[in-house]
Amino acid sequence: MKQVIRAIGAGVLALGILGAAGAARADDKVILGVAIPTADHGFTGGIDWWANKAKEDMEKAHPDLKVILKTSASAPEQANQLQDMVTVNKINALVIFPHESASLTQPVAQVKKKGIYVTVVDRGLTDTSAQDAYVAGDNTAFGRLAGEYFCKSLNGQGDIVALRGIPTTLDNERYSAFTEALKACPGVKVLDAKYANWNRDDAFKVMQDYLTRFKHIDAVWSADDDMSVGVLKAIDQAKRTDIKEVLGGAGSKEMIKRVLDGDKLINADVTYSPKFIYDAIKLTAEARLKGQTLPAKTIVPSVLVTKDNAKDYYFPDSPF
Amino acid sequence: MRPAPTEAAQAGRAMRLAHHLYGLGPLVGLVVLCIVGTLLNHDFATVDNLMNVLTRTSFIGIIAVGETFVIISGGIDLSVGSMAALIAGSMIWLMNGLSAGVGGHTFAPLEIIAIGIALAFVLGGLFGWAHGLLITKGRIEPFIVTLGTLGIFRAVLTWLADGGALTLNNSLTDLYSPVYYASLLGVPVPIWVFLVVAAGGTLILNRTAFGRHVQAIGSNEQVARYAAIRVDTVKIVTYVLLGICVGVATVLYVPRLGSATPTTGILWELEAIAAVVVGGTALKGGEGRVIGTVIGAILLSVIANILNLTSIISVYLNAAVQGAVIIVVAFLQRGRR
Repeated sequence: MKQVIRAIGAGVLALGILGAAGAARADDKVILGVAIPTADHGFTGGIDWWANKAKEDMEKAHPDLKVILKTSASAPEQANQLQDMVTVNKINALVIFPHESASLTQPVAQVKKKGIYVTVVDRGLTDTSAQDAYVAGDNTAFGRLAGEYFCKSLNGQGDIVALRGIPTTLDNERYSAFTEALKACPGVKVLDAKYANWNRDDAFKVMQDYLTRFKHIDAVWSADDDMSVGVLKAIDQAKRTDIKEVLGGAGSKEMIKRVLDGDKLINADVTYSPKFIYDAIKLTAEARLKGQTLPAKTIVPSVLVTKDNAKDYYFPDSPF
Repeated sequence: MRPAPTEAAQAGRAMRLAHHLYGLGPLVGLVVLCIVGTLLNHDFATVDNLMNVLTRTSFIGIIAVGETFVIISGGIDLSVGSMAALIAGSMIWLMNGLSAGVGGHTFAPLEIIAIGIALAFVLGGLFGWAHGLLITKGRIEPFIVTLGTLGIFRAVLTWLADGGALTLNNSLTDLYSPVYYASLLGVPVPIWVFLVVAAGGTLILNRTAFGRHVQAIGSNEQVARYAAIRVDTVKIVTYVLLGICVGVATVLYVPRLGSATPTTGILWELEAIAAVVVGGTALKGGEGRVIGTVIGAILLSVIANILNLTSIISVYLNAAVQGAVIIVVAFLQRGRR
């Protein structure tokens, strides 16, 4: 029995080596490894979709480019993948969307030490010398745009309830930028802000309880398009007519469509599109093919989407 | 056996009384919480809020009733949240497919919804049956089997949804939404269903041979086997019952948001198991009551409701309050095992 297992093991190993040799063909000038989280909610689903699209588009446009895409469910798994990509796939450039900043800093530093060009996306490493370039969305602008929008749409007067995501630095950045922007219009008050975990069901419950608690609400900052779904259902159920506006965020196709169609409550959205993984792969691949480098920091701006520009942000094929 | 001395009989009566009092622990906890809630915010005691809380409890409550049987029999099912998510996703996927017509044949919307609901029951039953078979005939620990399927169910849903959301077509949503939103005699439909499931569960557990067999297996499987109880069959049936309960909960859940995402039903297993244990069922099996589970489930959602209705405690500490209340209630009903 043991011998059989050993034989199979050897066979698999041999196949692996053959496969790796096949992958690293001599005419591939740039072998780009891409490490991203698995699709465990809407946003990461979008990340995976855009990464696959980037692989398809880039490999078609550049025959001397090979993109190796790996998804992982946890930080340790992602660290193992990095090792595999270096030793088996012989990558010479890497785009990584890290699971966590701190625990992946060392593994990425090891990759860079081998002379591989590293682009980090969205979650910055704790030691920035472990990366060559950093591409990210703008969380501060995400909150600020929402705050400024409410100041304007409520004419400087009104009561807002807010829903927050999961307690993280990312959520803190957004929320503090939001309250900072609201200081410009002291007439707009935030009645309360509770966590609803970027989850539709939790948002439904939190909104129901807000509606019980506050007899008058002018607007809701749901801060995420998934949460907007739950918020809208709760408002609908309570048949409340005092609420004039629900502002989400991220730019999911469902909400952008509502903006396009002139929805009663969803008049705008703020983007934090998973498309930045596409941009990061494209920028890295094109720069490396020419032997160039990227700027140390590229910020993909968050944009306020209204009826006028919504069609530029509507991607019906994306799952998100 | 000789007639027991009177002292022993009195001691027995005192024991039973104490037993009853301990059993009231969760109820006392719930009453105290409700009083605290009313003091903190008068809106807590309104009928609307009460209905909101009970309606949202119904999913977890229905699942927890099924879980009570599994836990009393000495098993556990960790997969219920993922199972609910996968059933919800499959229902939506099938109903959307049918509404587009199959092979030139179109279905009436009501037919489609009936087929979707039937699918939920069938899938729930099948998943439960598979769990039961793997656990009894396959002799794998229930913890491991259902931990495995927890991953499988959620991954399959994520794959079905392409990582995004599965959303029910608008025309079907309008027709289906009364199942969650409509009321009968002023009480929302999900609460009625919850009541029926809880009453059914109580009857089955306390008034049928099957219920007694479940308890016998949980307290001592070997003895139950010698007593000619068909242990494997009974165990499989408990998992099938739980699967069907998950199906019922999903049928009520889908019309609420009309969508399923990879985060649907996340951590429901923990809430359901907590409801069962807070309600006084021994995690090691053998004894428990459905009514306790119902109170446990309501208690858990009342805590979250009160926290949402007030802002005296930092939002960062919400989970700590929930944890503390659970421990206090468990303390009130200690000594039952």
